[in-house]
Formats: sequence, structure tokens, C-alpha cells
Amino acid sequence: MSAPAIAKPNVAAKNFSQLAGFWDTPIGKKAVMAVTGVILFGFVVGHMLGNLQIFLGAEKLDAYAALLHSMPGVLWMARLVLLGSVGLHILAAVQLTLQSWEARPRGYVKKEPVAATYAGRTMRWSGPIIAAFVVYHLLHFTFGAAHPDFQPSKVYQNVVTGFQVWPVSLFYIVAMVLLGFHLQHGLWSMFQSLGFSHPRYTPKLKQFATVFATVIVAGNCSIPIAVLAGLVK
Amino acid sequence: MRLILHVWRQKSPNDEGRMVRYETNHADPHMSFLEMLDVLNEELISNGEEPIAFDHDCREGICGSCGFMINGKAHGGHPGTTVCQLHMRHFKDGDELYLEPWRAKAFPVLKDLVVDRSAFDRIIAAGGFISVRTGSAPDGNDILVPKEAADRAMDAAQCIGCGACVASCPNASASLFVGAKISHLGSLPQGKPEQEIRAMRMVAQMNEELFGTCTNLGECEATCPKHIPLEVIARMNRDYLAASWKHR
Repeated sequence: MSAPAIAKPNVAAKNFSQLAGFWDTPIGKKAVMAVTGVILFGFVVGHMLGNLQIFLGAEKLDAYAALLHSMPGVLWMARLVLLGSVGLHILAAVQLTLQSWEARPRGYVKKEPVAATYAGRTMRWSGPIIAAFVVYHLLHFTFGAAHPDFQPSKVYQNVVTGFQVWPVSLFYIVAMVLLGFHLQHGLWSMFQSLGFSHPRYTPKLKQFATVFATVIVAGNCSIPIAVLAGLVK
Repeated sequence: MRLILHVWRQKSPNDEGRMVRYETNHADPHMSFLEMLDVLNEELISNGEEPIAFDHDCREGICGSCGFMINGKAHGGHPGTTVCQLHMRHFKDGDELYLEPWRAKAFPVLKDLVVDRSAFDRIIAAGGFISVRTGSAPDGNDILVPKEAADRAMDAAQCIGCGACVASCPNASASLFVGAKISHLGSLPQGKPEQEIRAMRMVAQMNEELFGTCTNLGECEATCPKHIPLEVIARMNRDYLAASWKHR
């Protein structure tokens, strides 16, 4: 190696406050992304299972919504945890991305990916688009501000009238496909970030991630598709 | 065979630098990539031009000196191969090749295809070692090393510090390099006492050197001339997280 001089001072000896130091390193931030990712993944699964009750009819779905709203303490606790997780997940992602961009100020004239998957390479696209979708989704079905025909607490009816507008359904489907890609990379990546990797189990984990991401996409997309097809009305 | 080469030419660290097109008719399928460049450099010298600068030493694929991007792939992208061991038989007559130096803020270009990799040296100096008592030599086989641990340490110790992992990583992260060193030393009983402080110090230094952050894409593993697996990055993460947890 050229220029053997070890000029820069050794930062390692520096005493840093523990929590700030943890957040300061990319590994600490990635661990936070993994943990918040697990929480958000759990929410995605629960949210899908809850919503699939639409196929059981209006009474069932509206009753489920009423049940959630009958426990405001639990509901708001869950909302705060989710909001905190989303905030930390995004903050870490933005800071890590900026650090990576700064790490290569001059790019290559030619660069070919050798192993990186499509899902992995597009995390920084799928992430912000999903975040924008979540904002729209909340305005659409939770607050009703983006829903032209919103009826408070009539969940089933709101979903049907909302998804009958095909561009809206299309945006939902596109967002869910991107969520699928995001999960496909994120689901196994979180294990790697937390330090678990095994020559035998990691390939299985990647297969599991692909299957699970597909199930999430299929489950969520089935709702707008069923409405557009007239199966749910 | 005839080749068209687009080579990054940069006179000095402060020079702006540019891609320059060269043509050579003297490439032979039996040559290594570096031998092909040697011949091109002879032509350049006889024409009164400055030869293309590139790092090289052993030319056996074991020293870690050589390395640059060929058509956007570190070391040309052939599994387990450094550019000195990459042979021209992998290319066709008339091929057009783009040669660029490793690109990372932590690896400033010194000249043409030569980059300054002393950031790696500083990471090693921060914790990539074991402390031993000087004095009389300990008895051979005094410390028992499980075969599996020895194997894993040897696999990680294959890292030659060429920097291809950083160059191929879309984030310019040095995680594979640091993970290899942490796995190598941490797998052996002699490296255990400093396992945690080593992870803390090497990771802190890696961050200080302004390398990027790992997104688990696996480009490093795929282009590593020594087949260092992505698993070593998980090991680094595990050691670092455990160390930060226990650190008081």
C-alpha cells in the first residue's frame, strides 16, 4: 500500500458518551433500523389480517374497527410506537444514505452490479414512495381528507367507494408491490444488521423473505382488485 | 488481439483527471491483464507519452497491491481473481474496456489507477492486532484451537486488503474488510481477550475514515478476490453490538 504514514489521530481512544456513540456508528443506526423494521413489519402483517375481514362482510369489518376504537389507550399507544418507529427508521435511513453518498463524491463512468438484487438496490426508492403512500393512505381512509365520499366509522363503505376510483386503486397496488420489494430485502437484511448470519439458515431466510413479501403483496392487493372486479361492493 | 481501452488518467491527487482512449494491437490471450498494460505502457513510453500508473507487486494474487475497475466491476468481476491473475483469454478481440481507479472518499486517487489505501492501515492500527507478552516463546500447542475456529479464522484471514469491497460497494463501505479482520482475530483464542474493544475501535476508525454504510447488497462478497463471505459483516455487527451493550 502506498503512503504508509499513519497521520490521522486514533479516534478509538476517544471517550464518547455511550448512546450518542452508538447512534454515531452506522452499525448502531442499522440496528435501530432493524428493530424498528421488525415493529413495522409486525404492523404490516396485523394490518393486512385485520383488513382481509372485508371479505367477511361489512358488519364484521366495521365491528373490528369499532373494537379498535373502543380501546383508545391501546390504540394510541400502538400509534405512538408506530410513529416513533417510522421516525427513527426514516431518520437512520436518511443519515446512512447521506453518509454513503458522501463516501463516494466521484462516481464511476461505468458500474455494473454483480450480485445486488433489484429489491436491495431500490430500497432508497421504495422507502420514500411507501412513506408518501402512508401519508396519502392516512388522509384517505383514517382522516378522510383525501376521500371524496368519506363516512366516519363506515369502514367497509369507505373502502368500497374509495377503491372504485381506479387510479386510487392503481396507486395502492403499485405502493404494495414496492412494499413487497422493500420487505424482501429488509426481512433478511435485519438479521444481518443485528449480527445473525449462517451459511445454512441465511439462504432459507432469504427464501422466507421472498415468500412472505409475496403473501403481503397478494393479500393487500386482493382488496382493491376485488373492489374493482365488483366482488366486494 | 486488438483492444480499445478507456483509462482514467490523473497526473496527481489535485489534477482533475479524465478518461483517455487507447488502442493496442499487442494484447495476447496468454497475458495477464497487467502484462497487457505493461505492453501498452512500453508503446506509450516509445511514443514519448507518460505510462499508465497502476499498483502491483507479487502478481500472484496474494499481496493485495493491484486492483482497479474493469467495465464497472472490481478486478474485472471474475470470481476469486485479482487483476494480476485475470488473463486476457477472458476478453475478445475488439473489446472495449473501461479502466477506472477504486472510487471512495477514503481512497483518494494518487495517480491514474493508483489510490491511497492508508485508511485501511489506520483501521488495522486501531484494533486489528492481538497483544502478546514478549519474552520466552510459549510452548507449541499450549493454547488449544478448535479445528472449526481455526478454519473460520483462516477463511477470514485470506483478506489481502486490496480494497475491491469498498470499490464495488454502491455505498463505498469498508464493512467486508473490517468484518474479515474482526472475524479472523476474534475466532481464535489469542484474539478473544480484545474481541470487544477491537470491534469498538475498528468500527469507530472505519467511521472516522468516512467510508459509507453497509446495506447488505453483497457486491463486496461477489467481487472479493478471496471469497470473503458476507457472514463476516454479521460477525462485526454482532461483536460491535455486544461490545456497546457491555461497555460501561
